[in-house]
Amino acid sequence: MASLPLLEMRGIRKSFNRNPILNSVDLSVGRGEVHALMGENGAGKSTLMRILMGMIPPDGGDILLDGKPVAPRSPREAMDLGLAMIHQELNPVLDMEVAENVFLGRELKRFGGGPLGIVNHGAMRRACKDLFDRFSIPIGPTVRMRDLSVAQMQLVEIVKAISLSSKIVIMDEPTSAITDREVDILFRQIDTLRSHGVSIIYISHKMDEIFRIADRISVMRDGTMVASDAASAFDRDGVIRHMVGREVTNYVPKETVPIGETALEVRNLSLDKRVDGVSFSVRAGEILGIAGLVGAGRSETVETLFGIRRASSGEILVRGQPQRIHSPGDAIGHRLALVTEDRKMTGLNLLGTVEENISLAAIDRISPFGMIDKRREHVWADDNIARLRIKTLSRDTLVSSLSGGNQQKVVLAKWLVTAPDVIILDEPTRGIDVGAKRDIYLVIGELARQGKAVIVISSELIEIMGLADRILVMAEGRITGELTRNAFSQEKIMELATPYSEVRHV
Amino acid sequence: MSDRPTGSYGRDRFFQDFGLVLIFLIVVGILVVLSPDAFARPANMIGIIKQASINGVLAMGMMFVIISGGIDLSVGSIVAFTGVIAASLAHPGEYPLIVAIVAPILVGAAIGAVNGVSIAYGGIPPFIVTLASMIVFRGAALIASDGSPVFGVSGAFEDIAGGFVAGALPYLAVYFIVVAAISALILRMTVFGRRVYAIGGNATAAAVSGINVRAMQTGVYMISGALAGFAGLLLASRTVSGSPTAGEGYEMNAIAAVIIGGVSMSGGVGRWYGPVIGALLIAVIGNGLDILNVSSYYQLIIQGLIIYFAVLADVKGKAGRR
Repeated sequence: MASLPLLEMRGIRKSFNRNPILNSVDLSVGRGEVHALMGENGAGKSTLMRILMGMIPPDGGDILLDGKPVAPRSPREAMDLGLAMIHQELNPVLDMEVAENVFLGRELKRFGGGPLGIVNHGAMRRACKDLFDRFSIPIGPTVRMRDLSVAQMQLVEIVKAISLSSKIVIMDEPTSAITDREVDILFRQIDTLRSHGVSIIYISHKMDEIFRIADRISVMRDGTMVASDAASAFDRDGVIRHMVGREVTNYVPKETVPIGETALEVRNLSLDKRVDGVSFSVRAGEILGIAGLVGAGRSETVETLFGIRRASSGEILVRGQPQRIHSPGDAIGHRLALVTEDRKMTGLNLLGTVEENISLAAIDRISPFGMIDKRREHVWADDNIARLRIKTLSRDTLVSSLSGGNQQKVVLAKWLVTAPDVIILDEPTRGIDVGAKRDIYLVIGELARQGKAVIVISSELIEIMGLADRILVMAEGRITGELTRNAFSQEKIMELATPYSEVRHV
Repeated sequence: MSDRPTGSYGRDRFFQDFGLVLIFLIVVGILVVLSPDAFARPANMIGIIKQASINGVLAMGMMFVIISGGIDLSVGSIVAFTGVIAASLAHPGEYPLIVAIVAPILVGAAIGAVNGVSIAYGGIPPFIVTLASMIVFRGAALIASDGSPVFGVSGAFEDIAGGFVAGALPYLAVYFIVVAAISALILRMTVFGRRVYAIGGNATAAAVSGINVRAMQTGVYMISGALAGFAGLLLASRTVSGSPTAGEGYEMNAIAAVIIGGVSMSGGVGRWYGPVIGALLIAVIGNGLDILNVSSYYQLIIQGLIIYFAVLADVKGKAGRR
């Protein structure tokens, strides 16, 4: 403890529009330490990290790196100081190849440097291949970024950060889109980095990961640092208690509700090879879980049945009647709802208000002769803001200013006002904080109690096992198994999710 | 609305909503002070609305297209083509007047439909599709008129744009006001208007929410086309001829009015009164500079700078709110 910490942030303050976001926050990271930074969304973690990376200026406070005061004014300056950040939302240049992305902005050149130097593609590809080989990542340097999965892109970003020979690597939810196997690869890399004296600031909501790799844990709440100690001094409930400031039981007890008629049946649904002859049914009051690894075809299955993608074959029966669903409009007409996986890409109009987003999918139902009945629209918005406990200044607030969890609740509200009989939720709690997760679990339970048929896709096994009455497991576009509640086990699900052709994967 | 968020956010909102009105009033105020006799006369004020009206009508159509995330470069050529058609159908004693009124609007809507279908179903970028139809229909106007203006329209046709309500208010101003009012109603009150914003804000999310994005896109280009046809009719009536070279650069003036009016070029954001004030502002500045004897060459530079600063203010305003 006598040695100087590698990084010290002291008394960092920041306000937006006179709302204090950070109140004199301290953070101290030792050399070669994996430092988990925890907190609900909106607690100020990202703001603190953006200040460290020079993306926004602090209102006050000091940053000491190796004991020397620094004040990066741009990500470029932060990078030059040895700081690197892997963002939760990746922004690779999709039309460039992997090597070009890894060396983006610091291309290897021949005939001198400067903007007029000629890019040395060969050297970049060789250097990139060396890096990937060192970390045993099987991605070719000349593959176009566009052709990679989200998980693979994440790995490329990680390699890129490492290749910057950084002193500190900030990882913001690095595992939100990658499979368990890839998590293992990532953690091995983190261990290697740690042994080389590189420090990692690791932001995640996943408790099991935190306790697997963190040396120290710091917890933020409402813009203040509420706890910071060795990881061994915490337990799971302790961290959650600090994060939410109250006692919470993370998982909602499963209720038994009477199961009714079959609400939706899918027969032999196919989408090229990505969804391959999938059949299942879900009944009123039932919560059906769909588990599987990223890329197993779960999202494609529900997107196809919802009419977003055109099925190559298959039959869909709603309440026993065969129906043709060629567009989301058809699906909504048959009282289906789909809370899509990516709220920013497919869920929200980020330029619109909370109210406009909530009423979007069902606005025609309150609009005689095409004229919107604004009073009823206000009621919809206000009711759902209250029911889902959406934290927003008003229904006229822009949805982009809400935290991730509250944005997710807005997407959910949009589908609830369509009064669906079957509601499908694709990764409904991905990247959102514990409090919002719990609120969403409560709503899912309530929907089942109301006799809705619910389908939940989730990569978090504990979540899906806590919610579902029955779990389907998918792998490579096919259903590889079905488990009823008394047969749920993480091992069994993982076994079904990992098909024999493991070698082809990765 | 009583429950507007308060604090600094509310103030931002105020400037976003009324900053443009403020700039407009300041410009008018300056001109009133500089030229109290010529500029501030009621007749001149009404004349400004008249001058703004054809561009204003085009700007309202352009507004729908830009809010939906598109652009329509073809409106100037549609003005010329439909103007030629209107004039050709308006020779005295040939067809009933209604034909010369309805035909250009329907032709404009049909061209808009072709634009919209190519964009929505053909998947061709709006800029390319409407650039192509801008060129095609300029050519069509030249063919339809045999290369020279069509003259010899009836007195009744001339009165469409030339008349006055109660001897004081020009019909042209009335058309602009009516088109603006209907556009405002559609944009603010109807499901259609709401969906225009939704597809401009996030077309994927709109599609997932059950909105027929392609039909909506076709719809907005039809509106723009129909209003361009209407503008073609008005211009033919005002100039008592259908000229194949009319309306050159009108698409740029309409886009300028929309942009000055604070509508985002990337779609999803904008209010109905923005383009109205944008069109008025362009007319006011043109009128004021004429009265102040500023050469029309300098007027172009001033107009260009206004567009530049309007967008700069918009961009900076957005960055500040982050």
